[in-house]
This record gives sequence, C-alpha cells and structure tokens, in this order.
Amino acid sequence: MTTVAKSAALDELAIPPPAPRTPSGIDVPLLATPDMVREPDPGQPAQFPFTRGIFPDGFRGRLWTIRQYSGFGTAEDSNARYRFLLDQGQTGLSVALDLPTQCGYDPDDPMARAEVGKVGVSISNLSEMEILFDGIDLSKISTSFTINGTAAIIFAMYCACADKKGVPRAKLTGTIQNDILKEYVARGTWIFPVRPSMRLIADTILFSNDATPRFNPISIAGAHVRDAGSTAVEEMAYTLANGLAYVDELLRRGGDATKFAKRLSFFFYVHMDFFEEVAKFRAARRVWAKMLRDRYGVVDDKALHFRFGVVCGGSSLSAAQPYNNIVRVGIETMAAVLGGAQSIFTCAYDEAFQIPTEFSAEIALRTQQIVAYESGISKTVDPLGGSFYVEYLTDRMEEEILKVMDDIDGYGGVVKAIEDGWLQMRLAERATERRRKIDSLDTVIVGQNAFRRENQTDDFGEVFKLDPKGAARVLEKFEAIRARRDNVAVRKSLDALAVAAANDQENLMPYLIDCCHAYATVGEIVARLKQGWGEFQEPVRL
Amino acid sequence: MSNLKGKRILIAKPGLDGHDIGAKIIALALRDAGAEVIYTGLRKTPGFIARVAVDEDVDAVGLSLLSGSHNELVAETMRELRALDAGDIPVFVGGTIPADDRAALIDAGVMAIFTAEMRLDDVIAEVARALTPVQVA
Repeated sequence: MTTVAKSAALDELAIPPPAPRTPSGIDVPLLATPDMVREPDPGQPAQFPFTRGIFPDGFRGRLWTIRQYSGFGTAEDSNARYRFLLDQGQTGLSVALDLPTQCGYDPDDPMARAEVGKVGVSISNLSEMEILFDGIDLSKISTSFTINGTAAIIFAMYCACADKKGVPRAKLTGTIQNDILKEYVARGTWIFPVRPSMRLIADTILFSNDATPRFNPISIAGAHVRDAGSTAVEEMAYTLANGLAYVDELLRRGGDATKFAKRLSFFFYVHMDFFEEVAKFRAARRVWAKMLRDRYGVVDDKALHFRFGVVCGGSSLSAAQPYNNIVRVGIETMAAVLGGAQSIFTCAYDEAFQIPTEFSAEIALRTQQIVAYESGISKTVDPLGGSFYVEYLTDRMEEEILKVMDDIDGYGGVVKAIEDGWLQMRLAERATERRRKIDSLDTVIVGQNAFRRENQTDDFGEVFKLDPKGAARVLEKFEAIRARRDNVAVRKSLDALAVAAANDQENLMPYLIDCCHAYATVGEIVARLKQGWGEFQEPVRL
Repeated sequence: MSNLKGKRILIAKPGLDGHDIGAKIIALALRDAGAEVIYTGLRKTPGFIARVAVDEDVDAVGLSLLSGSHNELVAETMRELRALDAGDIPVFVGGTIPADDRAALIDAGVMAIFTAEMRLDDVIAEVARALTPVQVA
C-alpha cells in the first residue's frame, strides 16, 4: 500500500544537526589531528595494554561467536527455535529464561503464575533442561545463559545435564551472566543480599577454574546499566568497578588471580554513536589490563585479557517505525566488530516491543553474517587503530571511565554504593536526562521524535504470539516431575546444601549439582538458601 | 509545565519484572510537576499495591510493566482496588504494552496507557488533565 509520505523534515526545520559531542559528553573535534592523541601509535594487538585487541590475528583466524538471544514458553518451544537458528548458521546459543526462573520461583508459585514462559523459557528443574538441549551436542555448542540471581543453580543444572548426556564437564563451553551487582542497580532479578550473592559467585568461579576450565562462570555485564539510561562511560565504569569487586571477593576466598582472571568475561551494549562505541571497547580493554596489573600484580597476558560479548542496545531501538531498527542493528554490529567483541548477538527489529518472530530473528542473524562475510571489516586487525579521531576518543573515554570509577571509590566502593541506593539514584537521574534529551531533540531518533510520517501507524507486520497453552503445559510437567522423582533424595540433597551454605568457606557448587541431579526445583533450592541468608531489602530512594 | 501540586501519586511495579527505570523516570517527572510521589519498589503483588494506594490516600496509581503480564496483573490490581472500595482511583499504565492489548485495558477502566516513545511533558499533561475536576460553567 502506498501512502502519502509527508516527511516531517521539511516542516520541522527545528530539528538541529547533531551536537558536536558524544552522548557521554566528550567534545568531538571538527578535524582530529595527531596533537590531540596521547599516544599516536596504539601498539600491537595481543600486547599490553591490548588497545588493538587480544588476538594477534584479530578475526582473521576465527570469527566472533554468532549468537541470538532466544527462549520463550516451554522447553520444547525453545528447543525448536534453537535448532532452527543452529540450522541457519548460528554458532552459539544464548538462552533467555523467564522471570520466575530468574527470580527463584517455581512455576506454581503465586508470585510467578502470570509470568511463566513470558520473557524467556521456564526451566524449573533438570528434566526441563534435558528437554531444552535435546538433540544439541553440549560438547560442541557454546551456550550463554542470561541468568544472575539463580546463576549458580542453572550452572549446576547445566553440569548435571552434561553428566546425564555423558559429556565431560571439562568440555563445556559457554557463559553464565552471574553478575548480581548490576541486578541491584539496573535489572532487578536479585534474590539474596549482596554478601551471600558475592559468595555464590565466587563459588561458581572457583569451581569452574578446575571443573569446567573452558566455561566462563561470569560475564560482568554493563549492558543493563546502559539499557537503564547510563552513558557509555558509566556503562564501562560501573562494570569495571563491579569486576574489581568480584576480584576482591575471589582473593578473600583464597583464589589465585592469575588463574581466575582468565575466566572473567564481560558483556556490553553497543549503541548508535558509532565511534564512541568503538572507542569505549578499546579504552575498557586498556583500563582493565592496567588495573589488574597495577593493583593486583597480575602479569600473565591471558589473565589480563578483557574478553567481552556484545548485544545491540535494546534501548537504542525504537518501536516507532520498527524496520528502521534493522539499519541500527547493522551499524551497531559493525561497531561491536571494530571494538573487538568475542561474541555478538544482534537484536531483531521487533525486539523493542516483543519476542522476535522466526522471521525477525533470521534477519538479525543474517545481519551479523552479512557484516562477517560480506563487509570485509573482519579481514584486518583493528582497522580503525591509528585513526586520530578514534585514538583521541579512546584516550578521552579512558580518562572519563577512570573519573567515574574514582567517584565510586570516593563514595566507599561499589558494594556500599549499591546497598545505600546511591548508584541506583544516580542512574535514575541519568535516565531522566536521556529522556529529556530525546524530548528536546538534542538526541534524534529517526521515526520517533523526528521525521515522523503524518499517518504513521503502529503496524509492524507479523506479531509473535506465545502459545497460550504453554504455561499450563509447564505446570503439568512440573507436577509430574514432583510426583515422579525420589522425594527422599531431594530432601537429603537440600539438607546437605543448607548445612554447607552456613559455612562461608565451603564451595556450594557440588551440593547444587547434587540437588539438580535429584530433580530438586529452582524454587526449592532458593527457598532453602533464603532461610539462611534472607532476601535483599531494596533501598527505595527517589 | 502542568501543575500537579497537592496530588499524591503511587508508582508501582507489579510482578517480577525488574526494569524500573521507566517507572523512576515518570516518578521524577511527576515530582518535578509538583506531585508527591510514592514508589513501591520492585516485585509487588496487586494486593499490596492496592493496600498502599488506600493507606496513602493517593489520587492516582501508575503501574509499570515490561514483561508481558500486563493483562493479568493490571486487571488484578483493579480488582483489588475495587475490593477495598477504591475502584474510583484512576490507574494509568506504562511500559511495553502491545497495541493489540491497549483497547482492552482502556475498556477495563485504565485511565491511560503510556509508551516509551511518548514525550514526558505529554505524559505529565495527560495525568494532570485526568486529575483535574471538570469545570462546570
């Protein structure tokens, strides 16, 4: 259907040209020149401080892992989507879990019932995970889980699932998000108070060092603070500060930094200011390596590597004229590649407002493949290295990131800042600022606050429809497993867990794996741990 | 700027959705417009939200949801309000509400639905309009 496309642009000469500063507020020079750059030669890739990346051959030897975040409804539904995406050339899985699973409630809990299978797949016990990975070889496919509060449990369940399938744990590759600090600040799927949560995270990392040496037991995630409104500088600063808090906790538990640092990974959003995004990744690699070396004395190159995955920013997409998002995702993917990401998942154009359809998910996957195989930007290492502007921005980003980290240190550290609600308040103010900038056209979002068609509608084609019978089916399976399993074994495994949880020096992972083998449910395990640890009391500060 | 001086507004997050920046942005904007804002924090049940609305004697309740459970949780909150004899408190909803679901929520008595694409000033103006008694000439 053709419509009379009256572009608003002609009438609205009020739309200003983009301001000469990045969204983080860094001045953009009209012309970048060598004198603006601290060190005009950015050094060699795979050499300290790793500005140009951690691999000597960039992506020439091996491309980044191509993932798509997906999961919805029942384990059967999600398994079908995974097989479809793998058939289309996806190289790793990224599992979206529903909110009950993330917050530690079983599907029959009154808190959970409205949300079963809604924003991800419901995985309440080992039998569901077995269905989720039915026909998928865990020794070959790398799986990332977006899970935090219950990350240790889901990791235990993944190990138990591998055991049942006869896959050696040492062969498992993948990532659990497992970054609870940012949950308190930005995403809200916390369960326990800060200190026992930190202990659980240390347990997963220390366990993984020996048992699953190829698996990333944490991806310290800035993505969510960015989604919640932070700038690129704050995204990096908050995340690096969280990373250091985990390092401190691991050292307190007797971990060896050279060993555990090799298993720390990171996760970020990539937004639309192309060069700032590229510079942000280059700067963060530098900051992290310097901090681990200077503060903790780590010298092993591999342990200094800042490894990260990237997702195109949900908050950078718009529900207005959603097909525009395909272009945005293309630009963001290129920024992630030029920033040196180890894994990328691209958003589908409709992800601003719904779970992707198979059609939109495929376009998102193809976008990555087009960048990887057609654009040519992966052929040479850090192609923007040495650009006066990019090196200038990388320097400025590094300075600004350090300033924000100093602010947090000055407040008393990230854990205190979170417990007091100080960081949360700061983020809310920043988000409001971003919102005002959009409203005042300081930040232009094409099709949303500028260049709107007069007769623009909300019609965006195919709509994802969740199977309305899915939640009932989940509950049915849940009742069945509770009836079928050995309830004495469940009780014994939970009792052993509770005893171990009372001792701060005990690693809980083996106990959690036992619980999972016995088909104890996520809700049961969490309830037991809550008895000893209590729940996080959210500081509501406005 | 719209004036909401003297109005008390409850902003609440029903269910398990933990994304509350939208709720906080609206809360701060309402406060800038003069309202007294109470924010519940995360993971509140409809029953709890209705009770707070009554105890605090608020003029309006704003619910923020992004997890797709709005149909169930908004209806339940309104039921709980009616059960407390407070069915006349205006309820507005923000978050990710698909176009297909909006009409049904409005039919069920929701005062307004705000999306992330709306200008903050427009949101505030609409709340102010709804809370201002109609002047009879």
